[in-house]
Amino acid sequence: MTPSLHLWLIPALPLLGAAINGFFGRRFSRQAVSGVALTFAGAAFLMALYVAARFSSLELPYTEFLAHWIRSGSGPHIFVAEFEFYLDQLTLVMLLVVTGVGFLIHIYSVGYMWEEGGFYRFFAYLNLFMFFMLTLVLAGNYLQMFIGWEGVGLASYLLIGFWFTKDSAASAGKKAFIVNRIGDFGFLIALFLLIKHFGSLNFAQVFTSVSQLPGEMAGFGLLTSIGLLLMVGAAGKSAQIPLYVWLPDAMEGPTPVSALIHAATMVTAGVYMVARSHVIFDRAPNALTVVAIIGTLTALFAATIGIAQTDIKKVLAYSTVSQLGYMFMACGVAAYSAGIFHLMTHAFFKGLLFLGAGSVIHAVGGEQDMRKMGGLKQYIPITFITMSVATLAIAGIWPFAGFFSKDEILARAYEANPAYWFIGVTTAFITSFYMFRLWFMTFWGDYRGRDSAGHADPHGHGGHGHGDPHESPMVMLVPLMILAVLSFVGGWVGIGGRFEHFLAPVFGEGASTVATEALSHGTELALMAISLGAAGLGWYLAYLLYLKRPELPQKMADMLGGLYQAVVNKYYIDEIYATLFVKPLVDGSTRILWHGVDQGVIDAAVNDAADGARHVSDAARHMQSGNLRSYAGWLAAGGAVVIAYMIWMGVR
Amino acid sequence: MVPISYYLILSGILFACGVIGFLIKRNIITIFMSIELMLNGVNLSFVAFAAQWGHLSGQIFVFFVMVVAAAETAVGLAIIIAVFRTRETLNVDQVNLLKL
Amino acid sequence: MLHLVLFLVFAAICVAGAVNLLVQKHPISSALSLVVVMASLAVEYLLLGAEFVAAVQVIVYAGAVMVLFVFVIMLLNAGEEETTKGSRVALVLGVPGALAGGLLVAWVLIRHSGDKAVSLGALPGYPKTIGWLLFHEFLLPFEVTSILILIAILGAVFLAAKPETPPAPTGRKG
Repeated sequence: MTPSLHLWLIPALPLLGAAINGFFGRRFSRQAVSGVALTFAGAAFLMALYVAARFSSLELPYTEFLAHWIRSGSGPHIFVAEFEFYLDQLTLVMLLVVTGVGFLIHIYSVGYMWEEGGFYRFFAYLNLFMFFMLTLVLAGNYLQMFIGWEGVGLASYLLIGFWFTKDSAASAGKKAFIVNRIGDFGFLIALFLLIKHFGSLNFAQVFTSVSQLPGEMAGFGLLTSIGLLLMVGAAGKSAQIPLYVWLPDAMEGPTPVSALIHAATMVTAGVYMVARSHVIFDRAPNALTVVAIIGTLTALFAATIGIAQTDIKKVLAYSTVSQLGYMFMACGVAAYSAGIFHLMTHAFFKGLLFLGAGSVIHAVGGEQDMRKMGGLKQYIPITFITMSVATLAIAGIWPFAGFFSKDEILARAYEANPAYWFIGVTTAFITSFYMFRLWFMTFWGDYRGRDSAGHADPHGHGGHGHGDPHESPMVMLVPLMILAVLSFVGGWVGIGGRFEHFLAPVFGEGASTVATEALSHGTELALMAISLGAAGLGWYLAYLLYLKRPELPQKMADMLGGLYQAVVNKYYIDEIYATLFVKPLVDGSTRILWHGVDQGVIDAAVNDAADGARHVSDAARHMQSGNLRSYAGWLAAGGAVVIAYMIWMGVR
Repeated sequence: MVPISYYLILSGILFACGVIGFLIKRNIITIFMSIELMLNGVNLSFVAFAAQWGHLSGQIFVFFVMVVAAAETAVGLAIIIAVFRTRETLNVDQVNLLKL
Repeated sequence: MLHLVLFLVFAAICVAGAVNLLVQKHPISSALSLVVVMASLAVEYLLLGAEFVAAVQVIVYAGAVMVLFVFVIMLLNAGEEETTKGSRVALVLGVPGALAGGLLVAWVLIRHSGDKAVSLGALPGYPKTIGWLLFHEFLLPFEVTSILILIAILGAVFLAAKPETPPAPTGRKG
């Protein structure tokens, strides 16, 4: 009997940090606030390491019970949900990624947010986010996972709208939360279906029950429905088509927030959830196909938007959406371990990219438009080096981390259906192109920011004056360096299928009903070569257009005319949604719910009651005329009534 | 031997005349006099019943009613004089505003 | 028989006086009609044997209260009553109401009194007896009414007193 790991400490420690900073942080000094936040985030990371150390001695999956929660009904239809934790290899990977990258970003934030107002609030929210994310990852049943799910949405809203006095930030926060909620609706219905048909939301129980069911080969049965609904939830949380629209707007938040929540951790919750529910998906191939299609399309779609963006963070945002598409593509072909592998490497290099972007923004005094950057490599060398590592990683260049994970996905995609693979390679080419475009525009060439230096910085970072760009302080650079190392070596755990082997007890080998044929070694090498070639092509094209002949992009844009405009404006998706959904909803809500119900029924009821009282008293007012004779008349009449009544009572 | 009901009818007529006078008349003093008429009608009723039942307390009560009516008349007429000083009118229809 | 005739005669005078009070336009005429009513009522009281009450009726009511009324009418120089538009309620609701109430009460009382009758001078109200009652059983109300009269005097004097004229402004403004 293994002694308890006290898994509850892992989420509880950041919660405590959030509480301390939230309630008392206002009076603390900045040092104290950062000390508290870093201590508790670091403690969570240490606990995760401890769990990793004890991992081999555990019997897996390891569950830990914390407290009773829900006990509803009785007899055979009783529904029980507890506060419990579930630990297996998948959990461990997620745990280390979340706590490790989270801790690094906490450190970075101390430097990035040092001159901002609301310092304590930021770290309270950040720790709160860690609590919810860890609850999600460690959850032992779907309901607890849902708590974490909703909670990270809340933390995301709070952090995106951190500078809430700015209209665009507040709106972006709302947009993120609302779009998330649409996904959560699907998730909830899936939960209801699970409760109805399996009587429980506990992972062990549900998976055992599901694994006894036969696979649904055709049509839309129960498992397919559950799978599709779970995918709706994942699409909301992980910004896939059609619910991705909140992620680019979420860049209104501070850059560490973008790094942590919208690159490394929260958006990966959807992937984690799909991977965790693989038992269901394995038996619902139609659902898996939908997952794969959504992932693939999103990857391509977002990548095309990324090539025309000029805001450095927006490029990275669309890149995130695209890379998440890759992860879903992987899950969609039942290559869950490949998807998780990419999740991990993506956390490293995308986190690094965002933090580096933050460092760049900090260096140029708040400017985010890449057209006003350039030639920064001599001013901020360390940032340059780390961001180069990350760019190479995301483009999938050997031996950086992204190469291994992306290649794994592409290989498995090819096994399932060459169409996925083809779109994947195209997307890889486009990814490489826009990432190197970013790299060239930001770091190479001449610095274009001098003429319009120091214009009003929305983040309040403009206190550095119009001088030359300067490197960030050490507290921001060290996490960059650590993440750069991880982006370099992080992929090596996948060599020889070690990572997949590690996760095999979770996902099983060959238990899925997706037909795949193992690739021959030669085919694998050919595929690798093709993807490297695509990455190289992207690099070359970026070099051509943005370094060698920088006048070309404008000419090409003019040639493409309307198509280019469409891409720059994100295919007008936001506008389409606004017309199709938002406007009718708001109008309907205004006319029906507000004017009709709230004003017409509720307000009218109250107002009419008051008006009625007023009219009655208006009529009654005339009794008080000041005229003596009318008073006497009323008296006499009233007296007659009373006498009549008394006589009648007496006679009865 | 006069039936008691005759006395009561007379009392009722007097009372009704008093009430109708109160309602019809416009001069405040006349209204006041109608009140006296009402009181008189009631007094007759009291004495009649006292005679019927043989209780002298009916007559004592009439005595007190008269005392009170006298006091009330005095004060009421004083008020009328005071109102007349400010309003210059004895018409009760024109004394219907609290404002001066 | 005599009793009935006397009763009816003086009842007729009484009612005539009451109706005359309603009909007359000048308040002084109404006041004098009221005196007639009170005098005839005094006779009715005598018919019932209430000597003291009849005397007090004439002395106090007809002799003091009505005199007060007449004084005030003359003091205020009340003229003929004007016909102003009054209250609709008083005529529409009040008069029928009053009549209805009166009729109801009369009907009830008559029903209950049945055939009971009083004889001439049925209950002698000698001053001595009344005095005895006043100072023994009804002592408290008696004393209270004396205070009431005191208050009424004070009130009447105060209310009816001429308001103080402000002192005439001296012409010493330079």
